[in-house]
Amino acid sequence: MFAVGTFAIIAALTVFDRVLAANTVGTLAILLLAVLGFLNGRPEWLDLGITYGVLNLIGTLAILKFFRHGDLARDAEEEDA
Amino acid sequence: MSLIVDLASWALILAGSFFIMAGAIGMLRLPDVYTRMHSASVIDTMGAGFLFAGLMLQAGFSQVTLKLLFILLLFFFTGPVITHALAQAAMIAKIKPELDEDRRDRPLDANGAAAGEGRQS
Amino acid sequence: MRVISLSVVLYLFWLALSGYFKPFLLIAGLLSTVAVVLVARRMRLLDSEGHPAHLLPAASTYWPWLLWEIIKAGWSVTKAVLRPTLAISPTLTRVVASQRTPAGIVTYANSITLTPGTITTGVKDTVLTVHAFERGGAIDLEEGGMDARVTRFERGA
Repeated sequence: MFAVGTFAIIAALTVFDRVLAANTVGTLAILLLAVLGFLNGRPEWLDLGITYGVLNLIGTLAILKFFRHGDLARDAEEEDA
Repeated sequence: MSLIVDLASWALILAGSFFIMAGAIGMLRLPDVYTRMHSASVIDTMGAGFLFAGLMLQAGFSQVTLKLLFILLLFFFTGPVITHALAQAAMIAKIKPELDEDRRDRPLDANGAAAGEGRQS
Repeated sequence: MRVISLSVVLYLFWLALSGYFKPFLLIAGLLSTVAVVLVARRMRLLDSEGHPAHLLPAASTYWPWLLWEIIKAGWSVTKAVLRPTLAISPTLTRVVASQRTPAGIVTYANSITLTPGTITTGVKDTVLTVHAFERGGAIDLEEGGMDARVTRFERGA
């Protein structure tokens, strides 16, 4: 599954394909972490999963904002859209 | 009793894995960004949902279940935000979706005439 | 009012995630809660949009309904993806949101996006642009079943 995701990141045609693939790999990492935590009898790994989830959200939004404005420090309300 | 719970949880986990596989296959087969997003959202909602439901049954009623529920809620709230941001960014970048039919110009009904009014903010 | 509900929710959240009941950790949680609530107040996030606590009773009936919709839609997308001929018919359409508050419109747009097979790609006032995976999904949205359900949710029923 990760191989598929990584391949999708490398082979993707546009920026948005790459972002989508990266986000999906993040989701899969969380799921894998949860399942492995159960298999090893250490459900504490779920805490790491929560952290990954939050980082995934912020990272993806930051990348999207960067590619749209070329700048991270901009207020959404200044836009003309 | 615990056998039944075990069976149910394994069935749910396998269903989740099936949907994750289906989503991954879809991401490779589908033609453009927008349709791939649909496939990714199958992974986010169906795959994660069924998988975590199965894990919750395994965990029983405890703090672990609460944490699983919280991760699931996180997925369900942030998933659409990310997908929407991605779709809107792709639209603004003028990436043409492959379309069967474009119904954006369809006439809007009676409510549509009032669009933009009567909205408190 | 909202300050109290946010504080209670945040503190319960702290307890649920830590799982320890030592005095030091309880006090640390209390301090963090107060700090977060103060910051949220200063940023003026505590309005009906930032902390829609009044929608909680309605959510208890809305979320199960939405969950069932997600399962139905997800199954149909999965079938379409796995079919050898790839029977998809992507469609762009516009739908009108009949909700009155920003929180209601956001709920509607997010519900559309959360359901596999339909994505909201743009919002302008109350008109949403939707990309649907199959033509049937677009037609269903145009008929407005989900729209009516979300409006009912927004009114608190």
